[in-house]
Amino acid sequence: MAIPEPQLDDLYQEIIVDHYRNPRNKGPLPDAMVACQQDNPFCGDEITVELRVEDGVVSDLMWDGRGCSISLSSASMMSDELKGKSVDEALAFAAHFRELMQGKGDQSEWEELGDLEALKGVTKFAVRVKCATLAWATFEEALQQAQAHS
Amino acid sequence: MTFNVEAIREDFPILRRQVHGRQLVYLDSANTSQKPNAVINAISDHYRNHNANIHRANHVLGEEATAAYEGAREKVARLINAPASENIVFTRNITEAINLVARTWGAANLHEGDNIVLTQLEHHSNIVPWYILREQNRFEIRFIEVDDRQRLRTEQIRDMVDSRTKLVALNHVSNSMGTINPVEEFIEAAHRVGALCLIDGAQSVPHMPVDVQALDADFYGFTGHKALGPTGVGVLYAKREVLEGMPPFLGGGEMIRRVDFESATWNDIPWKFEAGTPNIADVVGLGAAVDYLEALGLDNVRDHERDLTAYAFDTLRTRFNDLKIYGPNDPDEHAGILSLNFPEIHPHDLGQILDSRGIAVRAGHHCAQPLMRTLGIAGTARASFHVYNTRDEVDAFADGLEAARNYFSDLPMRTVAPTAVPVPAEAQQP
Repeated sequence: MAIPEPQLDDLYQEIIVDHYRNPRNKGPLPDAMVACQQDNPFCGDEITVELRVEDGVVSDLMWDGRGCSISLSSASMMSDELKGKSVDEALAFAAHFRELMQGKGDQSEWEELGDLEALKGVTKFAVRVKCATLAWATFEEALQQAQAHS
Repeated sequence: MTFNVEAIREDFPILRRQVHGRQLVYLDSANTSQKPNAVINAISDHYRNHNANIHRANHVLGEEATAAYEGAREKVARLINAPASENIVFTRNITEAINLVARTWGAANLHEGDNIVLTQLEHHSNIVPWYILREQNRFEIRFIEVDDRQRLRTEQIRDMVDSRTKLVALNHVSNSMGTINPVEEFIEAAHRVGALCLIDGAQSVPHMPVDVQALDADFYGFTGHKALGPTGVGVLYAKREVLEGMPPFLGGGEMIRRVDFESATWNDIPWKFEAGTPNIADVVGLGAAVDYLEALGLDNVRDHERDLTAYAFDTLRTRFNDLKIYGPNDPDEHAGILSLNFPEIHPHDLGQILDSRGIAVRAGHHCAQPLMRTLGIAGTARASFHVYNTRDEVDAFADGLEAARNYFSDLPMRTVAPTAVPVPAEAQQP
């Protein structure tokens, strides 16, 4: 049984390129409670996530960094998605996203993720999965630090 | 022997592969080279007909295996013009060769107040072993900087190499930028102050004539798998008196002369540094690779790759005015390693588009993160040549670059959403 070749357009969907060219919530966050940086040693990409947590809610979230279209568009979409969520909701969402990205769980649930569904194609390019999850891992670390501070 | 690329390509079975429905264009030899039939067959023949342990089996197979293993050492010695095979120590790779020097010679000779001089062009394998040793031995590490074409600023040698310098260590060819470094100047500078000089030849030995005696290098290392040989074999050359003065590296069988319940004495060089059963079959394979390279002639190999590099410079500069090509402009100073970037395309994305066209390059920091930070970039896309590459492949590479640039500039202009190819259920499973 031949598995179809992954197509480039699976990877580089228009939404991804839009977020790459016009990133949301990119830049420093004044009055950030924590700032965390992680990198992908495979390609040298770096993402920094800065956030504020107030009353159990991720009240503000900015990110910055350098990387490929997949890692930066994922960071941009993540910031749109997680800002305003409660800490518990945000952590659960991030865990769910990372699970789907690793090809686990019910893959039909991509359809419920809005813009992020555009990243579904990345699951077929194994070496790029780390690009798509870098911002999310950085966010989780930042949130843990924020909680430790509060 | 004349240099006939089409005939050479016949010797490399993997070059007939199709990738994504296209003929493979392999431009990642600085990462690892492909292997000719001569090497594949030598390894297979060893296991089929001669396999035994070496230096300790008193039967025919043991003698044959030992002769093949030590014969490969002689071939390597001849390749780099070492005075004798005793100057050649087999390791796993160049990384282990440099670690061996750091942990034996370095641990015994580098102390607080001393310094070693490296360069900004070094691979992590010639930086990190020294960082690890510095934790214990507390010496200073200095880096010679690069100029705006990623050439070493040799005028800094005068200030950096001083009376407390014990080692100067640098690569002969930069794996990330392609710069051919004037290692003679560094070796002379080291010797003027009584220091030793280590040359990382991972990207030079496979591609050009190297004469360790003419260079007067104290240590010279390379790795087999970039030299058409198998993975798992590296080479450390060192001068006899240097090797004899070094404490052993790993302890175990083979490296001892006599062991009792109080102590042990060490075997002669080079076996003193080869504890345990070595990678016999792959050393034999490396011997076959050396034969293959020498039959082509390293002068011819260098001429061929210089021609490809010059052709690539011309082609890429003619076709792209926004493509940044790193390293020296002069092909005489530039090995067959082209590191490049488009301003708006991340190298990772570039590599992906090229891969979709069957073109294999490396994208990333090339194990040179400090240099990439100095240049203010995350990485580059790197195309690298070997004996089997052709001008047609350079053209295919240029076509791939153009396709990548068009792909990314076209994407936001699309008015119709790209057709998502439905993913069959079985492809979605992990």
